[in-house]
Amino acid sequence: MSGSWQTTRRSVLSTALGVGLATGAYGISFGAIAVAGGLNPLQAQVLSALMFTGGSQFALVGVLSGGGGAASAVTTAVLLGARNAFYGLRLAPVLRVRGLQRLAAAQLTIDESTAVSFGQDERAYDGRAARLGFWATGLAVFVFWNLATLIGSLSAEALGDPRTFGLDAAIPAGFIALVWPRLRERRALGVALGAGVVALALTPLLRPGIPVLLSAVVAVVAGLLEVRRRAGLRP
Amino acid sequence: MSATWIAVLAATFGCYAFKLAGQSMPRSVLDRPVVQAIADPLPVALLAALVVTNTFALGNALVLDARAVGLAAAVVALLLRAPFLVVVIVAAAAAAGVRALGWAA
Repeated sequence: MSGSWQTTRRSVLSTALGVGLATGAYGISFGAIAVAGGLNPLQAQVLSALMFTGGSQFALVGVLSGGGGAASAVTTAVLLGARNAFYGLRLAPVLRVRGLQRLAAAQLTIDESTAVSFGQDERAYDGRAARLGFWATGLAVFVFWNLATLIGSLSAEALGDPRTFGLDAAIPAGFIALVWPRLRERRALGVALGAGVVALALTPLLRPGIPVLLSAVVAVVAGLLEVRRRAGLRP
Repeated sequence: MSATWIAVLAATFGCYAFKLAGQSMPRSVLDRPVVQAIADPLPVALLAALVVTNTFALGNALVLDARAVGLAAAVVALLLRAPFLVVVIVAAAAAAGVRALGWAA
């Protein structure tokens, strides 16, 4: 560990701001896509402020606008948001929050705040750097994501057909960018390919939204196989 | 209340419940090996399924349109290590481009 707390603090804050700006800007496409997909600007804003987890927000809109119906849209969005529980579990000992602070920490528990927090040395400055990384990134993303959602949803009505601007292609691009870092692991790549094949094969047969849900079975099978493999390795 | 509002609020509640559960739960519950082993690949499966359905599905039909060009452009951008926002913009621009040229629906 080199440099002072001031230096560390500045570098954590600038990372947080950078991540906030980059992720936030993406909120413009969320706002625009949500409105194009049939939500009104208030509903788009409620999602960005209260749901505040991009993958689930896009999933909800993607399934609803694909004609998938409310139940499968909600289930897909919530299942996708389940990963935040595991982030929270790993963050809790670092953040040491209680009471109202815990409610706020829960809301800011997303991919980006977790990533920046884990990017810091957990023991440095008694965990202050890791805590600052979490709170600063969470707040920066929250502010920019919500501002951008507002800009996107209000301009969507003025822009007309979002397909002209390729905004419908922005949705799968965002999803593949989210999953991309994981695809370097062979097992994850196998799960992704399997889930993709399952979803495509079921698309002509089932209501939109259901094939995405059923692709979760691939993850369950992969998980159970992994547990069995580990059990087999045990002496 | 419209079905859309119900979906928005129910999904918001569910997502927040998971966030809060993680911050509040005793480690023992989520630390169980089988829960961990399934939770780890779950987002990968769902995201991959969302990629292909949002690219190739139109209702119940499988189609090849400008979204596939957008996805291909996104993959190229990712292989070139482009940041998240650039990937999304490149995909949108590629899809918009082939539509403007009349090469794809």
